[in-house]
Amino acid sequence: MPSLQSLRRKIASVKNTQKITKAMKMVAAAKLKRAQDRILSSRPYAHQLRDVVRHLAERASRLAHPLLRKREGQKTELLVITSDRGLCGAFNANILRQAAEFLKEHAEQGEQVSVSVAGRKGCDFFRRRTWTIRQEWPGIFDRLSFEHALDMGQDIIQQYNDGTFDQLYVVYNEFKSVMQQRVVVEKLLPIESLEEEASQEPARAVGAYLFEPDEHELLQTLLPKHFQVQAFRVLLESAAAEQAARMTAMDGATRNAGELIQKVTLFYNKTRQAAITKELMDIVGGAEALK
Amino acid sequence: MADTGTTVPSGKLLLEVVTPDKLLVSEYVDQISAPGTEGDFGVLPGHCHFLTTLRIGELHYRIGEAEHYMSVLWGFADVTPHKVTILAEIAEKAEDIDVERAQASVAQAEERLERGGLPSEVEEARVSLEKARLRQKVAERLQKQGHA
Repeated sequence: MPSLQSLRRKIASVKNTQKITKAMKMVAAAKLKRAQDRILSSRPYAHQLRDVVRHLAERASRLAHPLLRKREGQKTELLVITSDRGLCGAFNANILRQAAEFLKEHAEQGEQVSVSVAGRKGCDFFRRRTWTIRQEWPGIFDRLSFEHALDMGQDIIQQYNDGTFDQLYVVYNEFKSVMQQRVVVEKLLPIESLEEEASQEPARAVGAYLFEPDEHELLQTLLPKHFQVQAFRVLLESAAAEQAARMTAMDGATRNAGELIQKVTLFYNKTRQAAITKELMDIVGGAEALK
Repeated sequence: MADTGTTVPSGKLLLEVVTPDKLLVSEYVDQISAPGTEGDFGVLPGHCHFLTTLRIGELHYRIGEAEHYMSVLWGFADVTPHKVTILAEIAEKAEDIDVERAQASVAQAEERLERGGLPSEVEEARVSLEKARLRQKVAERLQKQGHA
């Protein structure tokens, strides 16, 4: 039987843990709010840009731009978006499992696969494994800004144009709701989504449109931009999902700590009473013997 | 980008300036002039459809008698008869620019340019000088306006 003192210590320690998890939950909630706001406020730009690019792509011949053209090559790159910090439930585990599966599958199909990783957790994971890491961006989520997406986009497009890989997929946690994050695998390069969405909407009835410089050059500057905005969107989604996952995880931890405290306290009281009863019995027994 | 022509008051243009972080301006204006890569251009209501990239420069728009200035760093403009959308990576309203900081960054950029170094560094310094000068210029516009 554990001593009373050790039980008291245990209760105090779990209480401390609970305080920490509670604070972390609160911090995550505040950060989540901010992350959600950022997603919302980045939407106008993304939408406008997509509209303009789509509109342009309809006019300029589709095969004209390397970012739109499908390639025959067998080199696939997977961009994995994880978090920098842990204690966010299965957030990173889900992503990394999905990523490993994806890589294995594509490698089995005879494709040459490489990885680029955002977030410290993913970097740590892949460093211990055999996949080739082409590029990593650890520690960007603390102060996430559009510049990170610019950097990332520039690097990826450069490598894509150089033929380091022929297609790019991204795997990230999509922020569905506070309780729900979904792991999504999306194809980012070559850019395909324009076509699908374009067909759903009737083409804008516009006669003459002036372009300055001409369509091709515009597309040349806009498509990379479009890609960077996509990258930014993915990063923001993931950042929000991370905070949501952490909030849920810390909420659970706080509740579990509460349960544990209750259980141990009950046990502590029982043990204490048993000790008192035993002592009384001793005294009564002693008094009895003296008679 | 639905054609919002029906909701815009006649003789006005809807100007939207959007950056990756937020929608900075959404107002009905009378006239706009913007720095295109192939030359500055002005827009009045009823302009034909026009799409262009922008360089580092000053965006100016007028609502009635009131003149407004902004600095725009890279981006592009989509012009339709009733609406102008400016997508810029960085944009600042004149009133949001800190004049002292702008001046300090001009000095800093000039110094870096003088120091020289690798071609890429010089290019970087040149661009940041251009940006800093622009911000200074835009901010000073506002001051002049205040004194007038």
